[in-house]
Amino acid sequence: MVLRIATAGSVDDGKSTLIGRLLHDTKTVFEDQLSAVEKASTRYGDGSLNLALLTDGLRAEREQGITIDVAYRYFATPKRTFVVADTPGHAQYTRNMVTGASASDVAIVLVDARNGLTEQTRRHLFVASLLGVKLVILAVNKMDLVDFDEATYHRIVAEATAHADALPAPVVLNPLPISALLGDNVVDASTNMPWFKGLPLLDLLETIEVPGDHNVGARLAVQWVIRPYSTEHHDYRGFAGRLTGGSLAIGDLIRVLPGGQQSTVIGIDRGGVPQDTAQPGEAISVQLADDIDIGRGDVLVAAVASEAPIVTDRIIADISWMVDKPLETGSRWIIKHQTRTAKAFVSAIELRHDVATATHSPAESLGLNDLGRVHLNVSVPLVIDNYDRHRPGGAAVLIDEATGMTCAALMIRDSE
Amino acid sequence: MTMIDSGTQATPAEIKQSVAELEDEAITIIREVAAECRNPVLLFSGGKDSAVLLHLAAKAFRPGSLPFPVMHVDTGHNFEEVITYRDMLVEQYGVKLIVASVQESIDSGRAVEETGPRPSRNRLQSVTLLDAIAEHKFDAAFGGGRRDEDKARAKERILSFRDHFGQWEPRAQRPEPWNMLNAKIRPGEHLRAFPLSNWTELDIWRYIGIENVALPSIYFSHRRTVVERNGMLLSVGGPVVLEAGETPFEETVRYRTVGDASCTGAVRSTASNVDEVLVEVAAARITERGATRADDNFSDSAMEDRKREGYF
Ligand SMILES: Nc1nc2c(ncn2[C@@H]2O[C@H](COP(=O)(O)OP(=O)(O)O)[C@@H](O)[C@H]2O)c(=O)[nH]1
Ligand SMILES: [Mg+2]
Repeated sequence: MVLRIATAGSVDDGKSTLIGRLLHDTKTVFEDQLSAVEKASTRYGDGSLNLALLTDGLRAEREQGITIDVAYRYFATPKRTFVVADTPGHAQYTRNMVTGASASDVAIVLVDARNGLTEQTRRHLFVASLLGVKLVILAVNKMDLVDFDEATYHRIVAEATAHADALPAPVVLNPLPISALLGDNVVDASTNMPWFKGLPLLDLLETIEVPGDHNVGARLAVQWVIRPYSTEHHDYRGFAGRLTGGSLAIGDLIRVLPGGQQSTVIGIDRGGVPQDTAQPGEAISVQLADDIDIGRGDVLVAAVASEAPIVTDRIIADISWMVDKPLETGSRWIIKHQTRTAKAFVSAIELRHDVATATHSPAESLGLNDLGRVHLNVSVPLVIDNYDRHRPGGAAVLIDEATGMTCAALMIRDSE
Repeated sequence: MTMIDSGTQATPAEIKQSVAELEDEAITIIREVAAECRNPVLLFSGGKDSAVLLHLAAKAFRPGSLPFPVMHVDTGHNFEEVITYRDMLVEQYGVKLIVASVQESIDSGRAVEETGPRPSRNRLQSVTLLDAIAEHKFDAAFGGGRRDEDKARAKERILSFRDHFGQWEPRAQRPEPWNMLNAKIRPGEHLRAFPLSNWTELDIWRYIGIENVALPSIYFSHRRTVVERNGMLLSVGGPVVLEAGETPFEETVRYRTVGDASCTGAVRSTASNVDEVLVEVAAARITERGATRADDNFSDSAMEDRKREGYF
């Protein structure tokens, strides 16, 4: 299985350097890329090899020595394949951290050993908690600059653990001391820190077990209806989409939501090839025994689902606000949930999360990079799940009708 | 088939599974864009990535037919084998083909041929592409771009928003949490969709092997008359004209990418089938663009610059 990793932490904590180090030490970097980085290191720096330039690929990033946008890199070891999202640390790019973390199994949160926890570190731990990132690795970096001091490391780990325990959904930290620049505990165990008995980062990433998804029963949000209209497949109607939540088999009884009609699965195709069963994650098309009016946005749900979804037009969701224009009570947006696009009205802003203290306070509006909780009225009923139970059924985005920009990520917690 | 694969020690079953997951993701993206956009088009260069893309798109709607046309931005600097192959695929899949010609853009004065001894038409493709998108009122164009190809591509979203001028603005990209795609655009704007974003060169070859995706013959080893230029082997004939002091020679080569023939280099290789190519790809120490694209080696940000101008 592919392990999806996102980096997090303040600017200059060494995220890009760490990813560069991982790519370099696993021999994933191609010769021409390395020589390009050597050349760029001379142009943008003091000439010593700057591994961050392996992921900081935009001209502005190289000129300013910062990460502006998420970069995706791929590497494989004999044991596992990895996708790494290197995210920016600046507060103004928190939305990119949310994006990177949303699709990740593991977040590596870096801390500069000299500075300890910063507001950004706390913010990123909070984001990891809110987004339900399954595994969090706390990498205390730049240990070379604190003489590889054990007490410093333990102090930072204790501080981070206290914060992680206080989060709305507590996060378990896997801590380790590293030097991304020198490579200590990245691929090879550090000889400078014999007091650390844990695995180096790569070994940890290769062996760490990702908790499986909850089985809530099969869900299929219809993306597209396949109607060939050819003589050969005259009566074929395939409801195409990605299966989530649980497996599906021919003969299974399903319910169509929000309509409520029932039918039986009589055919499953994956990429046009018939199969008897399908597993979560597979892009399939499903044929049903009955001629029911089903279109894009409808959801097929296993009739005997272990956890039934909720059909509602009033939702309560945690929100990450991503644009300058503020979110205000009474404002209107486009909501995209699964394959349904509808209008949404902000009926209330319940609170704003204070990421530094892991508490919350009342709020009139939410600004760029704020995290909060809102109540929305939606123009049509949605088929929702609690985000922590079934992510695809609990995730949504808000879009600005006027600009088309994606403004928010929503983690649905409940119906009103 | 047997998979000889030294990239990882993954078993054939694991390889099949990981490629199948990439296929599920790509098909989901293709269906989503087809559903959300009014008038999409699939860009087809005849290269291996667009061959895989077309294969996936056909699978996404089976047993129905492809609900959008296919467009080839024709530089006029072609490998003959690729055009033959393109026409064969169009026939086989029964898709509608649109050819947007760079030569016509030049003839009508919309684009100006680069001057100097070695004009490449890579950059000019952007003009022809944007004109064709406007002419046919396409609101989305599927491309075979992969994030592992280039450091600027590594930053691009699955749905890449383009303004009235077709430009990519890396600082103003739309976040895609949970890979949820926002295809909302205003008149005059359009989207580029990259269903293969998360594939690597190795994944592409594995998929080609498992699915028996047909490719132009130049991807496999053959004898060819070439000339060495800036460390790159260019096929003699067509747009590549011998310069003073250059001596052509015969070599056993294959191509790792297919682009404008004037600047796409061949690599020395005896790999004559997918298994042998896979061994080569797994052992390669140079990226496919670095090895075979003269234009990307001109400057550190060549790809970013072209993308900003509306390139694929
Ligand atoms: N001494 C030392 N410097 C480091 C280490 N890791 C990163 N740096 C330096 O810290 C600076 C910021 O690193 P970068 O990777 O760009 O940080 P990012 O903003 O988190 O991506 C660069 O100058 C790095 O060379 C480390 O382990 N030790
Ligand atoms: Mg960085």
